[in-house]
Amino acid sequence: MNSGLDAHLVAGRENGFTVDVRLEVAPGHTAALLGPNGAGKSTVVSVLAGLMPLDAGQISLDGRALDDPARSLFVPPEERGIGVVFQDYVLFPHLTVSENVAFGLRSRKVPRHEAADRAAQWLERLGLAGMGDRKPRDLSGGQAQRVALARALIAEPLLLLLDEPLAALDATTRVELRRTLDDHLEHFAGPRLLITHDPTEAFLLADQVHVMEDGAVTQVGTADDIRLRPRTPYIADLAGSNLVEGTASNGIVATTTHDLHVGDTHIAGTVLATIHPRAISIHRHQPEGSPRNTWETAVIRIEHYGDRVRLQTGDPLALTAEITPNAVEALALVEGASVWVSIKATEIGVEAD
Amino acid sequence: MTDRAAEVRRKASRPPALVMVLALAGLAVFVVPLLGLLARTPWQDLPQLLTEDVVADALRLSLIASLGATAISTVIGVPLALVLARVDFPGRPIVRGLVLLPLVIPPVVGGAALLFALGRRGVIGAPLYEATGLVLPFSTWGVIIATTFVAMPFLVITVEGALRNLDPRFEGAAASLGAGRWTVLRRVTLPMIAPSLAAGLLLTWARALGEFGATITFAGNLQGRTQTLPLAVFVALESDRDTAVALSLIMVAISLTVLVVLRERWWRSG
Repeated sequence: MNSGLDAHLVAGRENGFTVDVRLEVAPGHTAALLGPNGAGKSTVVSVLAGLMPLDAGQISLDGRALDDPARSLFVPPEERGIGVVFQDYVLFPHLTVSENVAFGLRSRKVPRHEAADRAAQWLERLGLAGMGDRKPRDLSGGQAQRVALARALIAEPLLLLLDEPLAALDATTRVELRRTLDDHLEHFAGPRLLITHDPTEAFLLADQVHVMEDGAVTQVGTADDIRLRPRTPYIADLAGSNLVEGTASNGIVATTTHDLHVGDTHIAGTVLATIHPRAISIHRHQPEGSPRNTWETAVIRIEHYGDRVRLQTGDPLALTAEITPNAVEALALVEGASVWVSIKATEIGVEAD
Repeated sequence: MTDRAAEVRRKASRPPALVMVLALAGLAVFVVPLLGLLARTPWQDLPQLLTEDVVADALRLSLIASLGATAISTVIGVPLALVLARVDFPGRPIVRGLVLLPLVIPPVVGGAALLFALGRRGVIGAPLYEATGLVLPFSTWGVIIATTFVAMPFLVITVEGALRNLDPRFEGAAASLGAGRWTVLRRVTLPMIAPSLAAGLLLTWARALGEFGATITFAGNLQGRTQTLPLAVFVALESDRDTAVALSLIMVAISLTVLVVLRERWWRSG
C-alpha cells in the first residue's frame, strides 16, 4: 500500500458549497493548501482530523483507511494518529505547558513521570527549556506555537497537520518563526500538510502547493509553477507576486545578478523583496523618470488571462509583470522582444528573511 | 503624580450621582430586613436558644437536605446539561423548558405534583410502596427530593450555558491527541467549565438551603425528620418569636459566609 496521505475529500459545508479536494502527500514532504478565507480550508482540517465525517471520497494514511463513507468506515479522531497544530494553537488553558505537551502521552496511558520527562525533552528540543510550569496565557505567540508543535509531535503522529500556524503572530515574529518552523518540519519524517492563506508561507515551507478556491483545488504545483504560471486570475492575484532574495544595505537589495533600489533604507542583511506584477512597467525604449529601477531585458513569455496579460521577463532578473492587452498591442510586444522594465523603489516590499 | 492620576481615573469611571443614589436604594432592599432581624435579636438568650432541640434538628436537616440535593444535582444534573448542550435531539426545546419549569412554578405546586407522583397512592409512589414498602413523602428522602426538584435547574442551566460557550476545538484538540471521550470529558471539558460548575453548585446549594414550599407540601413539617430551618422559622414565628429569630440568624450567617467566601474564590476566576 501507499505510504503517506492519500485523500479525496468530499464534504458539504453547512452554509454553501461542497468541498471536493484530492490530496496526496508523501512522507518527508510538505504540501500546502493555499486559499482565501471561506475557501473551505477549515473543512479540510476537520475531515482529516476526524472532527467531521466525509460525505464521499476517502482518506487513507500509510495505507490504512480512516474515513470511507462507501464502506461505512469511520475512524474516530483519537485513533487516527494525526497530529494537529490548530489555528491559534488551542492550548489547554487550565494545564501547564508541560501538561499540555504530555497530554497525548497521558491519553495513551503513559505513566505520569515518563510523560513529564518526555515532555521536558520536547520542550528543550524546541528551545522552551524551563517553561514547563508556565500556563499557556503566559507565553508569547511564538512560544505558544512551539508548544503546540511539541504537543502534536510528542504523540508520534503519522501525519502532521498545521492549520495557519503563523497567522496568530505579528509580522516580525512571523518571519522569524517561519524559518524555525521550516527546521522543525524537517525533523518530522511523516507527511506534512500546511493549511494557509499566506502565499509566502506556502511557497517557502511547502514542496508542493495546492491552491484552493471555493471548495476545489484549482492548481497544484511547486512554488515556481504557481508563481510563474498561475492558472486562474485569483491565483495570479494572490500568488503572482515576485519574490527576490538578496542582501540589503543602504536602500539597495543586491541579488546575485542585479541590484534593486528599495524604499526601505534602514533594513540590512538577508531579505526577501516582493514586487507585485502590477507594479512593474514595461517600456519599448529606455524610460526617463522617477523610478529608480530600470533595466533592459527580453520578453520570455506572454500569457493572456481574460482582460490581463502576464509577461515574463528574462535576465538579469526574471520577473512577472502584469499589463493590459491594449498595452501589449500598443507596444507591439511579442515573445523575444527587447523591452525596458521600470519599478519604483517604493513599490518593492522588503522583509527580513 | 501617580496618586493624582489614580484619583482622576477613579473619578472618571464613577457613574453619575443619580445612579449612585439609586444604587443605595437598591442596597437598602437587602440591608433593611437584615437590620430588622438584628434589631429584634435577643442577644442575651441567644446561646441558650441556639442549643434548643428544635434548632439543632432543623440545622442538621437543612444541611443534609441542601448538601444532599446539591450532590444529587451534580450526579444527574451535569449529565443532563451535557446532553442538552451536546446532543441534538428532537424535542430539545421542550426538555429545556421542563428543566426551567421549577424556577417558574410556585414551589407549592411542585410539592403537590411530587405528591401525586411519588405519594403512597401516586403514579410511581404506589408501585414503589408495594414493591419495597418505601414511602417517600414525610421522610428525609422526601425533603431531599423536593429540594432537588427546586434547586437543580440552577446547576443545569449554568453548566449547559458554560458548555455551549466552550470552544469545541479544545475537545477536538484533545481527541486528536488520542484522548477518548471519557478522557476528554475528565481532563478537558469539565476542568475548563470548572468556574461555571462551581458557580452553579453554589447557586444550587443556596436555593436548596432556602427551600420551603415544595418541602412542606411534599415532606410535611415533622421536627427531626423533615423540618428544615425555613420550616422551623415558619412554625416558630407563630409560637416563639425568639427562636424564630435565632433560626433566621443561623441561616443568614451560614449563607452569607458561604456566599462571600466561595463567590470571591470561584466567580472571580470565572
